[in-house]
Amino acid sequence: MADAHAQDKYYVPHGSKWPFVGTVAFLFMMGGVSAWLNGSDLGQWFMLVGVAIMVYMLFGWFGTVIDESENGIYNNQVDRSFRTGMSWFIFSEVMFFAAFFGALFYARSFVLPWLDGQGNNFFTNLLLWTGFESEWPSNGPAGVGGDYEVMGPLGLPLINTIILLTSSVTVTIAHHAIAEGKRAIVLAFLGLTVLLGFIFVFLQAEEYIHAYTEMNLTLETGIYGSTFFMLTGFHGMHVTLGAIILLVVWIRVLRGHFTPTSHFAFEAGAWYWHFVDVVWLGLYIFVYWL
Amino acid sequence: MTSATHTADHHDEHHDHGPAKGLSRWLFTTNHKDIGTLYLLFSLTMFFVGGAMALVIRAELGMPGLQFVHPDFYNQMVTMHALIMIFGAVMPAFVGLANWMVPLMVGACDMALPRMNNWSFWILPVAFGLLLSTFFLGGAPAGGWTMYPPLVLQTGDAFPLLIFSVHLMGISSIMGAINIIVTIMNMRAPGMTLLKMPLFVWTWLITAYLLIAVMPVLAGAVTMLLTDQFFGTSFFRAAGGGDPVMFQHIFWFFGHPEVYIMILPAFGIVSEIIPTFSRKPLFGYDSMVYATASIAFLSFIVWAHHMFTVGMPLTGQLFFMFSTMLIAVPTGVKVFNWTATMWKGAMTFETPMLFALAFLFLFTIGGFSGLMLAIVPADFQYHDSYFVVAHFHYVLVPGAIFAIIAGAYYWLPKWTGHMYNETLGKWHFWLTTIFVNLTFFPMHFVGLAGMQRRVPDYPVVFADFNFIATVGAFGFGLSQLLFIVVVVQCIRGGKKATAEVWDNPHGLEWTVPSPAPYHTFDEPPEVGDLAEIGPLKGT
Amino acid sequence: MKRLIALFLTGVAGVAHADWDVNMPVGVTEISKEVYDLHMLIFWVCVVIAVVVFGAMIYALINHRKSVGAVPAKDMVHSTRAEIVWTIIPVVILVAMAVPAAETLVKMEDTRNPDVTIKATAYQWKWHYEYLDQEIDFYSNLDADSNAARQLGSGIDPESVPHYLLNVDNPVVVPVGAKIRVLLTSNDVLHAWWIPEFAVKKDAIPGFINEIWFRAEEVGTFRGVCAELCGQDHGFMPIVVEVRPAEEFATWVAANQAEGDEQQRLADAVN
Ligand code: HEA
Ligand code: HEA
Ligand code: CUA
Ligand SMILES: [Cu+2]
Repeated sequence: MADAHAQDKYYVPHGSKWPFVGTVAFLFMMGGVSAWLNGSDLGQWFMLVGVAIMVYMLFGWFGTVIDESENGIYNNQVDRSFRTGMSWFIFSEVMFFAAFFGALFYARSFVLPWLDGQGNNFFTNLLLWTGFESEWPSNGPAGVGGDYEVMGPLGLPLINTIILLTSSVTVTIAHHAIAEGKRAIVLAFLGLTVLLGFIFVFLQAEEYIHAYTEMNLTLETGIYGSTFFMLTGFHGMHVTLGAIILLVVWIRVLRGHFTPTSHFAFEAGAWYWHFVDVVWLGLYIFVYWL
Repeated sequence: MTSATHTADHHDEHHDHGPAKGLSRWLFTTNHKDIGTLYLLFSLTMFFVGGAMALVIRAELGMPGLQFVHPDFYNQMVTMHALIMIFGAVMPAFVGLANWMVPLMVGACDMALPRMNNWSFWILPVAFGLLLSTFFLGGAPAGGWTMYPPLVLQTGDAFPLLIFSVHLMGISSIMGAINIIVTIMNMRAPGMTLLKMPLFVWTWLITAYLLIAVMPVLAGAVTMLLTDQFFGTSFFRAAGGGDPVMFQHIFWFFGHPEVYIMILPAFGIVSEIIPTFSRKPLFGYDSMVYATASIAFLSFIVWAHHMFTVGMPLTGQLFFMFSTMLIAVPTGVKVFNWTATMWKGAMTFETPMLFALAFLFLFTIGGFSGLMLAIVPADFQYHDSYFVVAHFHYVLVPGAIFAIIAGAYYWLPKWTGHMYNETLGKWHFWLTTIFVNLTFFPMHFVGLAGMQRRVPDYPVVFADFNFIATVGAFGFGLSQLLFIVVVVQCIRGGKKATAEVWDNPHGLEWTVPSPAPYHTFDEPPEVGDLAEIGPLKGT
Repeated sequence: MKRLIALFLTGVAGVAHADWDVNMPVGVTEISKEVYDLHMLIFWVCVVIAVVVFGAMIYALINHRKSVGAVPAKDMVHSTRAEIVWTIIPVVILVAMAVPAAETLVKMEDTRNPDVTIKATAYQWKWHYEYLDQEIDFYSNLDADSNAARQLGSGIDPESVPHYLLNVDNPVVVPVGAKIRVLLTSNDVLHAWWIPEFAVKKDAIPGFINEIWFRAEEVGTFRGVCAELCGQDHGFMPIVVEVRPAEEFATWVAANQAEGDEQQRLADAVN
């Protein structure tokens, strides 16, 4: 790749159609999903069109950025902008998960005890939920969703934990390798990381199928089912996204896009990967374990 | 001192050509000035749409009995009025001002991430398009802007559109905030150290952090509403071990910082204007910065003061009462510093200064009523009454909106290259200020006397004050048409503005010509001792 | 503009002969009086601060303007002393206000050993009351007159309806001087039970029970409203409490226990 220092000026693109294309994509996606949820079959097609446009946009937008970077139009300052931007984006993702963790903690440490008559809720239990006793997991005083089995920390979840932890080691190895310009090692370990990522997603899917078919543990299973599937579900989506990002990075390594000094895309992907990893640890401890 | 006349530059010639022609200029632009303009125009439009809804509200409340609208339509008006004013008028206005001014103030050639900047803006029209479309889908959301379940779950086909438009607004604000942070952190001209930044830049930096921290939480909250509605989750259903109040906690964890998101940039604008027209540097710059930071910090631990009546444990109520009262302290520091800035100054009263002064007085009044609301036993009486409505309109209208208008008058000459019509500006100011008080002051009285919020009709004892408020609202609304006139005139032409525009103002934005060229600070300026810029000259 | 001004003048005229309802009611319970005092205390504190702060501003606005030849004191840029002073003073004031507030709050939250316990369940849009010890229960709806007048374009002048929007078919009846505990819950969405004269307001939340209490020191009829948005008729589900002498309350109880179930059937029929 061309030397990042070739440019002394901060690069400001003049006009780009990609963001606007992305906006159009949002219009179709959000409008479509809404129509769909309101029971119009047309909705899903609109949504699919939206997704297609979004994919087109991502290729176009990132394609442009990659070209620009390849042509050495970016100087270090631009690179810093990307880094700062990426870190704060990840922070916003953290806060999104925080909302759901917050819901989990609030339900466990306040709502359920209150329904069982603690705090200033003596009558709540006496008159409305007679005899309900707070415990965790719980699908609530009305046993919403019927009897269910609890998803324990052993078995698949444990395996998945190991997989994800390993993957974050492999990505770190790849990171060191790229800094030393050892392309073969990068390809090997980054590839491994991507592979582990997809295996994780696959096993997660297995776990869901098991939960739905054998354990009667579903989204409808009261607050336990709600928090379990929303947290692990959103995490799963992020793993998928992260794996795709790393896959793209892998291809770019193959094409020799990166130098030991300049490989922001790689690092961004790696950061994102560590982020989903950390979120998983939180999940494993608070959703599966405690 | 560098001027903005930029050196032709061979190896990226694109910097040298001006705006593209026609519509594509606006659809595809990556220029911070274009995008700032788009934001400001969008915000002005939304202000009128939301204001039109406010006028429907006021018309119905003009006298007891139902005259014009069905109660459910009334609730739609209230809900949409609030959503549009907050997310469509105030926030985009601030982001627009940031787009225009932050790069000029820190000596950057543009925003750090220009393409994303375009995206942040163009998502907004889509979000509000979807939201407004619900009027044609059997009714807009009518559960209040706070979207409390279970009521909000009774919304019809509008429901998913409400949720997704909130998601889009969130995405837009987050990208906008990231862009502003990166610009401030990474694009400052050499010598523009953090503690030399203009206060508008500081307040926006802190606001941007607030945005990134709380918008995702709002997204999470409405996502839970969506799944409760369509996918059978039980987040907000006691039967399944959830709790409707849990939504309120998550919402207000976003909601309270949100209200400071709507006031901190306003503080910034006022902190720019008052020194200029007092011909004196801002008093206590450092403590202003620290005060802003402490307000931002405190805003994360006061949220439940919106929920004193939900039956929280006593300890909780006490904690949130104390933490809320504390916010009066840093805010007070700001008010006192502004006063000290005017003290022993040589003030003149051009329109921006007039609006800034009105802000000072009227925001403080709104702050006082806020403090009263923080006193839990008293809040049991105030809560969900018009006293609250009076409080937040005082901080939002003569607070946020006045600051935005003041900023517009202050920087219009820089944007357009012409001076606005001072006489019309003064008329606009006096009418607006008189009518805003006529509209919102009586609401304190009816609120204390027991009139609850969010009702289209009321007992006859409240008739007189409501009538006055209605008269005030229409007067206020019409006065805003004057603003349109002034702005349009100023864009069309008028007395040429100098680079400095005002009497020796402070800041880099005044070192570039008026109107600011399409590309400024292509070569970053050397910011030596700030004394070289503005009223500190020679001291 | 002329028409506006004309309108405005009539408005002012209206206010002139209005009964000036501009402040919080003192109320008829010990608590409500404390709350009122608290309210006035904060109010006056804010007024005093306002006088000082605005006074300073106005003084500057008058004397430190260019037109009177003021020269800016450009070197007056900060004073740590001043900053400390105007940080400490507000803190002191706030603490002084927080203490009495906390005391009152503690009293308000103490719902123990009541004389009468009433369970109030909110519905869209009416209230259902159960006297847990007396086995009385009934629905309470907006009264027919108000209901007729409040319809869109009813043509009925609200002024002509006694207690427009503040009247119900079946009021809550309680004995004077007794500690009444109300258990609040809801059958559908959030509502809130508010009687300004008792200084009580709490949300009615489906699936949970909130407790409030009051001890009315005067006989009389006290009116309140639902104070949490609950849908289109949120403004039309008032609350009326009749405070009666103990013996009258006893007779009321006797009478209603007799026709209790009768009453119930009627209520169900209505709803
Ligand atoms: C710009 C927006 C904004 C701002 C800045 C504020 C500022 C404050 N607000 Fe407000 N508030 C809202 C917007 C805002 N609010 C909105 C929209 C709602 C309603 C939401 C809804 O329900 O729809 C609301 C509601 C609201 C409530 C809930 C009321 C209820 O529903 O029961 C409370 C309760 O504590 C509150 C408190 C405060 C306080 C203590 C401040 C403080 O920050 C004020 C601090 C300022 C001062 C105190 C004045 C200056 C200080 C001095 C001169 C120093 C000396 C003063 C003293 C020592 C007293 N606000
Ligand atoms: C920044 C926020 C903001 C702003 C600027 C305003 C501005 C105004 N608001 Fe609003 N308001 C809120 C935020 C805001 N409000 C919120 C958060 C709520 C709570 C909602 C809820 O309870 O959920 C609320 C609720 C609210 C209520 C209470 C409703 C109820 O509880 O039943 C009322 C009642 O008077 C009101 C009135 C007004 C008025 C008269 C203005 C005026 O300042 C508006 C000025 C008028 C104009 C600008 C009109 C200009 C336009 C024309 C003259 C031409 C019109 C024609 C066309 C556009 C074609 N607002
Ligand atoms: Cu019931 Cu409002
Ligand atoms: Cu708040």
